Amino acid sequence: MKQYVMGNGAIALGALSSGIGLIAGYPGTPSSEIIETVSKAEHDGVHVEWSVNEKAAMEVAAAASYSGARSMVTMKQVGLNVASDPLMSLAYVGVKGGMIVVSADDPGPISSQTEQDSRRFAEFARVPVFDPSSPEEAFDMVGAAYELSEKYHTPVFLRPTTRICHAYASIDVPEEYHKKEYEGFVKDSKKWVIFPRLSFENHAMIEKRNAVISREFSDTPFNTCEGASSKAVVTGGVSYAYAKEFLKDDPDIKIIKVGTPFPFPDDFVLKALEGTDEVICFEELSPFLEENILRLAGKHHLDIKVSGKLDGLVPSSGELSANAAEKILGAFFDIAPESTEEAKDVPPLPVRPPVLCAGCPHRASFYAVKQAMKGKKAVFCGDIGCYTLGNAAPLDMVDTCLCMGAGITMAQGFYHMEDDCTCFAFAGDSTFFASGITGVVNAVYNEADIIVCILDNSTTAMTGHQPHPGTGRNMMGDIVEKIDIKAILEAIGLKKVVTVDPLDLDAAVNAVKECAAEKGVKAIIFKSPCIALSKPAGKCKVSEKCINCKKCIRELGCPALVTEDGQVKIDENLCTGCGLCRHVCPVDAIGGAANE
Amino acid sequence: MNKSILLCGVGGQGTVLASKIIAAAAMNDGNTVHSAETIGMAQRGGSVTSHVRIGTAFSPLIPLHGADMILAFEPAEAVRNLAYLKKDGLVIVNRVPVMPITEALNASGYDGSEMIEYLKKKTDCIVFDGSGLPSAKFLNIAMLGVAAGSGRLGIETDLIRQEIERRVPPKFLDANIKAFETGIRTGGEN
Repeated sequence: MKQYVMGNGAIALGALSSGIGLIAGYPGTPSSEIIETVSKAEHDGVHVEWSVNEKAAMEVAAAASYSGARSMVTMKQVGLNVASDPLMSLAYVGVKGGMIVVSADDPGPISSQTEQDSRRFAEFARVPVFDPSSPEEAFDMVGAAYELSEKYHTPVFLRPTTRICHAYASIDVPEEYHKKEYEGFVKDSKKWVIFPRLSFENHAMIEKRNAVISREFSDTPFNTCEGASSKAVVTGGVSYAYAKEFLKDDPDIKIIKVGTPFPFPDDFVLKALEGTDEVICFEELSPFLEENILRLAGKHHLDIKVSGKLDGLVPSSGELSANAAEKILGAFFDIAPESTEEAKDVPPLPVRPPVLCAGCPHRASFYAVKQAMKGKKAVFCGDIGCYTLGNAAPLDMVDTCLCMGAGITMAQGFYHMEDDCTCFAFAGDSTFFASGITGVVNAVYNEADIIVCILDNSTTAMTGHQPHPGTGRNMMGDIVEKIDIKAILEAIGLKKVVTVDPLDLDAAVNAVKECAAEKGVKAIIFKSPCIALSKPAGKCKVSEKCINCKKCIRELGCPALVTEDGQVKIDENLCTGCGLCRHVCPVDAIGGAANE
Repeated sequence: MNKSILLCGVGGQGTVLASKIIAAAAMNDGNTVHSAETIGMAQRGGSVTSHVRIGTAFSPLIPLHGADMILAFEPAEAVRNLAYLKKDGLVIVNRVPVMPITEALNASGYDGSEMIEYLKKKTDCIVFDGSGLPSAKFLNIAMLGVAAGSGRLGIETDLIRQEIERRVPPKFLDANIKAFETGIRTGGEN
């Protein structure tokens, strides 16, 4: 049966076709649709979950694999940093049922904090990695990775990149998915309990085993050598697709594709390099293939010139493209570029930066804090989520953003170092569960004075509205007990936890002022559902009382507040009737909101 | 058949559904199809593109100067993506601008007309006036109509109509089919 699916969907269907018993992960672009696809597919009782964070997901999947079931854990590349603690040990302990770690990389980066390369992580953890060059290949690699994982009792990486995750292709999938039978957990403390002695022995075993896998990889169909020439391009992943788009099937150009970058398939590459004295390594993120070719050249005394990122022929950051292939590989292989006219006299284009949606409750939360702290020294520590967009003008309410959960702990750090400064942390509800709770414990324990603002919109909005422990729903489709953020904060020992609707601006401003006047760790839960998931409350309208001072526009930056022939107007297509602008208007010229 | 079609617009205009309909119709016509969406930070109001590649293709994204057709739901987005157009490619553009969300803060006076003039001067271009539709919600299906009516899509109009019928909720089907017909007429006149 053919199914037209996204790369992430292909990975999910590959896992179902391989009979997985469990899949876990944490949302993160570009990886989120893998779990969503499994959740929506017809299957016989696969356990599907959004875990609280990537570390939890990795551990849940590891146990499934100890039981003998096939498992998958999914995340974006920065999520792998969170999951690295269990990963490093798991690599030593090993697995029983096949286990795949999907870590989706994001060259560009398009929606990430870093341009880290998960091939490096696989090498660091000493586990094999597959690097798909298309959705079709990603599907095939999942099957091969489960076989390898079970044969060598090791977790195996699949490392797609954004353009593979978000590309669509037609995949041949089975009519039905069946969970593979599994034995169940067999106790054996010498095997499953990590101790220094076991680590020492397994480390030696892993290095020996990886040499064997390197030889096995030299025979996989995922590593290919096309054409023959004294000059060659070495590539892999989506960069291979870009190279092929430009070079096509030319028998006089050698394209070496490495689909299994670690353990590096030395034998295959050595053979492929025969008759070649110059190579260019065309890859994104880090010079992983390039350094391996240099290693082989040194080890085997190859008379070969190696180019790529290290000599500047390939850019060291950002993503590649078919046009980058044309420019870089065209110059390398002496292929004259097709003449194209540069566009001239292009009219200036309007910019469309990402902003908080019209009616987004985060705008109201930020505005309330800003109003309450007017004229006072304060630092605003942001976090990862839609609310990072609170940094843009005119709100300008995000002074720092480091990684998931860092807002709370950084607010604490500032408290210890900054004099007479009110230190705020902003964290979303999903972020709070993922990695915010320990930060609050740390701040209470170390006697900090900070205000923790939980922007609770009852969803994981940025990555596409996934449920989380506070929403009362899970990925098995069950209605579950909602975990109460306020109760958690009180249990940690916070004396002051205020819940307020940010769209009730006066109450919200007062809550901030009250909290700022008290010592210790305080929390404000700004509770209002994500506007993308709730019905509009009506429309606001500007009346003739408007003096056109534009205060609403200057202070809120709501996309629904527009000007027409210089006159302030509300775009009815965008307005959700949140009514925040009503509170801001100095002459009471805006009406029609639901929050009267 | 080898054809690359770039759809572009502003988040919320329905480019994704339109690209899925083209892809499905092309597959039903016996073609291999690949496509790609640019998704990520762009929420409502950001620039979005969908790349549909019918026939042999390696890169999920269309290379610059590689698109046979640009189906632009917004004038500035057509110009922004113009480098993707082949020398003899066709631009189909909706005349109605979507104001950038920053316009109220820093007025630039954008109204789309400068973009349309530029496109008319520089490209083989069909301008569709989306303001005549009963609602902006039908724009994506109307744009598919223009593409089908132009005769340059290489996919039979009936196959596209069938996919619309399959994917649009029954409640809105009649209005969408009307918009599709309106589009076909504009496409055919040019």
